[in-house]
Amino acid sequence: MADSAPTDILEMRGITKTFPGVKALQDVNLTVRRGEIHAICGENGAGKSTLMKVLSGVYPHGSYEGDIVLDGETAEFGTINDSEARGVVIIHQELALVPYLSIAENIFLGNERTRAGGAIDWNRTNAEAAALLERVGLSESPTTPISALGVGKQQLVEIAKAISKDVRLLILDEPTAALNDNDSEHLLGLLRQFKEQGITSIMISHKLAEIAEIADRTTIIRDGRSIETFDMATAGASSDAIQDRIIRGMVGRDLDNRYPDRVSHPGEEVLRIEDWTVYHPTQTGRVVVDKAHLNVRAGEVVGIAGLMGAGRTELAMSLFGRSYGRDITGQAYIHGKPVDVHNVPDAIRAGIAYVSEDRKQYGLNLIEDIRRNISAAGLGKLSKNGFVDENEELKVAEEYRASMNIRTPNVLVEVGKLSGGNQQKVVLSKWLYTAPEVLILDEPTRGIDVGAKYEIYTIINELVAAGKAVLVISSELPELLGICDRIYTLAFGRITGEVDVPSATQEGLMALMTQETTRETQETKA
Amino acid sequence: MTGIANIRDLFTRNIRTSGIYIAFVAIVVLFSVLTDGLLLSSRNLTSLVLQFSYILILAIGMVIIIIGGHIDLSVGSVVALTGAVAAVLVVRNGMPWWVGVLAALGTGLLVGAWQGFWVAYVGIPAFIVTLAGMLLFRGLTLEVLNNVSLSPFPAEYTSIASGFLNGLLGGYGYDTFTLVIFAVGVLGFAYNSWRNRRARIAYNQTVEAPALFVLKIVVVAAVVMWFAWNLATYRGLPAVLIILAVLVIAYTLVTKHSVFGRHVYAIGGNLAAAQLSGVRVKRVNFWMFVNMGFLASIAGIVFSARSSAAQPAAGNMFELDAIAACFIGGAAVTGGIGTVTGAMVGGLIMAVISNGMSLMGVDQSTQQIVKGIVLLLAVAFDVWNKKRASATR
Repeated sequence: MADSAPTDILEMRGITKTFPGVKALQDVNLTVRRGEIHAICGENGAGKSTLMKVLSGVYPHGSYEGDIVLDGETAEFGTINDSEARGVVIIHQELALVPYLSIAENIFLGNERTRAGGAIDWNRTNAEAAALLERVGLSESPTTPISALGVGKQQLVEIAKAISKDVRLLILDEPTAALNDNDSEHLLGLLRQFKEQGITSIMISHKLAEIAEIADRTTIIRDGRSIETFDMATAGASSDAIQDRIIRGMVGRDLDNRYPDRVSHPGEEVLRIEDWTVYHPTQTGRVVVDKAHLNVRAGEVVGIAGLMGAGRTELAMSLFGRSYGRDITGQAYIHGKPVDVHNVPDAIRAGIAYVSEDRKQYGLNLIEDIRRNISAAGLGKLSKNGFVDENEELKVAEEYRASMNIRTPNVLVEVGKLSGGNQQKVVLSKWLYTAPEVLILDEPTRGIDVGAKYEIYTIINELVAAGKAVLVISSELPELLGICDRIYTLAFGRITGEVDVPSATQEGLMALMTQETTRETQETKA
Repeated sequence: MTGIANIRDLFTRNIRTSGIYIAFVAIVVLFSVLTDGLLLSSRNLTSLVLQFSYILILAIGMVIIIIGGHIDLSVGSVVALTGAVAAVLVVRNGMPWWVGVLAALGTGLLVGAWQGFWVAYVGIPAFIVTLAGMLLFRGLTLEVLNNVSLSPFPAEYTSIASGFLNGLLGGYGYDTFTLVIFAVGVLGFAYNSWRNRRARIAYNQTVEAPALFVLKIVVVAAVVMWFAWNLATYRGLPAVLIILAVLVIAYTLVTKHSVFGRHVYAIGGNLAAAQLSGVRVKRVNFWMFVNMGFLASIAGIVFSARSSAAQPAAGNMFELDAIAACFIGGAAVTGGIGTVTGAMVGGLIMAVISNGMSLMGVDQSTQQIVKGIVLLLAVAFDVWNKKRASATR
């Protein structure tokens, strides 16, 4: 490496990125030294992925404020191609490989090895691919189709693709989230090897043990701001001490009175599940939820805390009429009686309601009006002989508009035109009209502003005061601590703890949420 | 709300639904002028109804399929097959006309169940299933007919399509019965509109200004009664018009007010959300296709009755006319949007264009070109309108 080169390969200064209504990043600073492995940590939604998208040109220059300085020069990337030309390559959490093309074709996709005239030079393509595969330690033929590979090997192909572009700064977004221990270990080894070859890496990960093991420095992002950057060497003596240090940084925010007060009077048990195991719908043998057990009582708000990929939504959706996963085993009980719920109508009849984390994809018909969205799950109650009583339907919609305070001129407005908070109230109205015993709320306040959040919390309080049981899934620990009575922690598909809120701390929860399966239990499973 | 604001509202906010009526009126006026009024003659109006009824019947089923987010390419072949089954029984084997009708309806239901099974329960895209069906049922038609036309049907059978109800209440130079039927229809429409308006006022919804409301009903009544007069002074009320009217009213009720109809819109609007709201998606998809088969068999009966024969090539390209009618009538290619009345108006636009051009002596090739461009422009308008709507959000 030339002596004249600055010691910092990358400096991001004062990055601010605004989406309509939300400040995703605010005055973020990040400095990465040449040849280091730099970890970025933060809760879900803190802004890590947004920052990396700014860096790699997914969000082009001009759509954000602040400067990116690469090798001492200001960089203005308009597209991903611009950043890749400068050796900055990002590997996204969701792998971007074409399953029906071969390894070699995927590696050189958009960057094909051609002969004069534009025809693809297959010999060169496959030979160069083979050399790259050897560098990443993958012993597969370059002509193997991607669909024949497991996730771990696919991840390696992504990395081979990155180094084919003469990468100098490699960005990995949650590279090991979907990998098993062996594959993770291999990947980390590869990163160390790259470091020796002079490739700098930025890594986003929720697996704190990995970060403690491999990173040179760590930057903490919280609520869209860069909080601190510290050297791992000085952060703590042991891996546990380092992890504690990171957790403190990740959760250390001020808790204001952002949650309405509630006195809880838990009654009898409403929902219980035992030994609930769910397999991935397409990846054979991958356990997504592993022998989960939990219970919720009437008048109680129970939280599920877990990081992305921990299996929270999968658990909830598998419970809601087997809407997710396959080979579901285990037993659910409502009011102590075993229930067999095979589809969504069964679940609704059993008194379960599920409010999805993605209301636009799974919760609402955006081109339909408020009235018909509210009645969508309860048409049975509104109809006689197969025809809908529309006067009654309108009355019901108007009642919910008033009680939920849905801000709209009338209930015939298209749902797609409402704000996120009002849309969420429409989804809640839809499910309340089915008169459920237990409501599962998956990220009920995602993407809505602070005022509307308070209203949603108030609605939750009213529900439990009326004797409903509420199960809340959330990435935001302060939210869970603010509204729940009890919290279960979920890590890598397993319930790792059950904590009463009065005695819970964010640090304690975060430690449970990042608790990895030990080698022994993985082996006994296999 | 003032009357002016009302009219502007009709033209701008509801452009998607009102645009089609304006286009229809414009096309009717255009071809009336081009054909020196021949288009609107009693004789021509009657033949227009007879000639395009089966496309309109198909469009009713098709719009439901399209709202659900599917497509059906096989209906032309199903029209041929159902007509052929009826012909074999009635013409070749001399069975009574009603046996042929029942057999055709049964065949249509079976065909629908077959396609619904593959789409709903096996999960094959409707495009593929019905493309296969298009070949399959055409082939079966040839088998059933041994590759030759069968004719003629007995008079009872042909009167389904070319019969007229005439002289039941007498009249001098015109048919009173026809006028009475239409007058009852107009009164029903007026009463229903008034009731809806009352209900909307009761629920504090916005309604049109009273003057505009009355004007709308007067205009509709005048147009319909004028149409009735033309029928009455020619040959009376065509039987097929009664079939069509019953189907349009029944399916408007089903799509607008039934649980099944709601579920179809929900599936087309957001499949995942519908599923998670407890809609039994597979079942609804299945019955959508059974219904389409049923309506295709009615169209098959009407078509074979009109031509008094079952031909191996009957119904060729009908599916495309029916699909075009739906899209011109405002149905969304992505599903979730569309109405039976819209599809009917869309079908009538196609009918008036074809018929008008035929009267003018325009050849088939030019007709095809014009129809193709009309379809393209109609959908382009829809896409543009959607972009405009999302831009104003």
